[in-house]
Amino acid sequence: MSTRKQLEEESIYIIREVAGQFDNPCLLFSGGKDSITLLHLARKAFAPATIPFPLVHIDTGHNFPETIELRDKLVAEYGLRLIVGSVQDDIDAGNVLEEKGRHASRNSLQTTTLLNTIERYKFDACMGGARRDEEKARAKERVFSVRDDFGQWNEKLQRPELFDMLNGMIHNGENVRVFPISNWTELDVWHYIREEKLEIPSIYYAHEREVFLRDNQWMPVSDFVQVADSDKRQLTSVRFRTVGDMSCTAAVLSTATQLDNIIEEIDGSDFSERGARMDDKRSEAAMEERKKVGYF
Amino acid sequence: MELIKIATAGSVDDGKSTLIGRLLYETGALKTDQIQHIEEKSAARGFGYLDLSLATDGLLTEREQGITIDVSHIFFSTPKRRFIIADSPGHVEYTRNMVTGSSTAQASIILLDARKGVIEQTKRHFFITQLLGIKHIIFAVNKMDLVDYSQEVFDEIKTALSTLVDKHGAKGVRYHYTPVSALFNENIVHPSDKLDWFVGAPLLRLIESIPIEKNKAKDTAFQLQYVIRPKREDLHDYRGFAGNVRSGRFEVGDQIDIHPSGRKSQIKRIERYGEAVQTLEAGENGTLLLADEVDASRGDSFIKADASINEGKNIQATFCWMQDNPMAVGNKYWLQQGVQRSLVKVKHIDAKIDLEALENTATDLLSLNDIGTGGLTLAQSIATKPYAENPALGAFIMIDPNTFNTAGVGFIEAV
Repeated sequence: MSTRKQLEEESIYIIREVAGQFDNPCLLFSGGKDSITLLHLARKAFAPATIPFPLVHIDTGHNFPETIELRDKLVAEYGLRLIVGSVQDDIDAGNVLEEKGRHASRNSLQTTTLLNTIERYKFDACMGGARRDEEKARAKERVFSVRDDFGQWNEKLQRPELFDMLNGMIHNGENVRVFPISNWTELDVWHYIREEKLEIPSIYYAHEREVFLRDNQWMPVSDFVQVADSDKRQLTSVRFRTVGDMSCTAAVLSTATQLDNIIEEIDGSDFSERGARMDDKRSEAAMEERKKVGYF
Repeated sequence: MELIKIATAGSVDDGKSTLIGRLLYETGALKTDQIQHIEEKSAARGFGYLDLSLATDGLLTEREQGITIDVSHIFFSTPKRRFIIADSPGHVEYTRNMVTGSSTAQASIILLDARKGVIEQTKRHFFITQLLGIKHIIFAVNKMDLVDYSQEVFDEIKTALSTLVDKHGAKGVRYHYTPVSALFNENIVHPSDKLDWFVGAPLLRLIESIPIEKNKAKDTAFQLQYVIRPKREDLHDYRGFAGNVRSGRFEVGDQIDIHPSGRKSQIKRIERYGEAVQTLEAGENGTLLLADEVDASRGDSFIKADASINEGKNIQATFCWMQDNPMAVGNKYWLQQGVQRSLVKVKHIDAKIDLEALENTATDLLSLNDIGTGGLTLAQSIATKPYAENPALGAFIMIDPNTFNTAGVGFIEAV
């Protein structure tokens, strides 16, 4: 069995376990390449039936419009149910306080909205497209990661995960975060997108965009980022390697307009995937700290 | 390209994280920004060298204490092979993490400190690889730089290891012995001038070339995960049994027995993700459509009529206990084998293994991190085989019915 087929089998097995073990699961869908891959795997897992759970999008309100367009297209095309949890609503309701200043981002605010959404819809399992190769705290995560009533990840009390046997038994109020593509790498995702001919948001491909350099990162100019007068704006050919909130996702200089170029580019890249994520750069343990309070 | 999963374990300070950091560094898995980060951190700590262990220890508490607590999954590749390293802590209180990390591994690297040789932890790790039936064991004697790359020191350790292997090693396992210095990159990627007396491949070349063993068990068994029933006019009568082939091979037309109901049917059609196929192999997912309108639900097994599967309500097994509340006679748990579950009661506990002396001592209680033997009575029979004959059907987990934690793991000896 080729590596990629092996990974696909493993992921679909996990997705079917989620449908089999939980009453009310959902698939967290950001519109990025990883969640698009996950959605495709889920479609395969239940063919010819439709996916037996809804998509949940935690909307920071700072999305790339291209991502939302594709999200809505996929939902319509595959007859899916979409639930949107809005960070803006939580800001308006006073549940969270918007960060201020040049480095403000809504990334960490997502956690509250995610937890509220889980509670409102009583989800007992949330699948996400996180991968172990992304970040070292994620390398420690289980495939079935149990979160307590507060959504917290306790890294010292993780359930042992043996062989392919997944234990999804939980108490009322707890939920499980599930990571079916844990063992995939960034390149696996790209190869898979090419092999399965998946549509991804156009911002992954090189395009002309107005950007400015901040802390050695090419930040996109948008309504959601404070650009100082001293910041030098320029129009140049870039693409995005990850798709997060517009306020924390930096672009990379690129002329890769085709999947083949993108794969070549990543293969030869000197920088890690999340090197362009400002949310991770805040501290050595930025991801771990966010996970402990319920981040996905 | 082939994927191989390798388990590593080591105790505090034997250089395991450095070894893995070294493998990442030498195979180009660490990117410029990550290397810069390690350079900065190393300098900040006043080290005159790259502290490659910083590449792997992922948790705050681990970095604080400079040790590995939990299993970490680390990826790298060479032009020949892709690797997933399940890196686990080696300390006695983390035995369960070692078992967890090793459970999906096809090979294991047991790391030793050249200055210390065979210690209790070496034996524990060795025993766990035997318990799990791992077919390739690499004893890597690290920190050779601190013993002047001495052949004598290495030979002494090798002799001690051979004694251990001769006495307790399973048949059909390949043992490899290799001296390295992870810190100075000696005999990791290239043959080392300083270890010129050593005959054999450097560590990376070794793990690139060891053959990957497949489950050869012929018992054809499929476990049902989910029943697919499309709510569509044109597929009104469709009932697809979605699941995974644990071992063996199915073909359209095969006669099957359904466990535990005992009903019989025939495979009418096999689909993979909506498309018809003729056969389904071990490890593959598929959706089976049957010739008869039989009842089957999640957790049931479809067994090819000619397979020899044990179906029983009494199990004798070796356990590794993984939670604080001990396993005691009379306790009830959920047993999960693959996706089948049953309530079980502990009938008897016979012995636990003293991992230092590698000898059995009688006990009636298995505590956290204990490895021992005992017997269970099942509420409902499950379809299994002894672990040694078929790992895909012979291992199970025990779930605490109160906490729902994974309380332990078992390896079936007899049903």
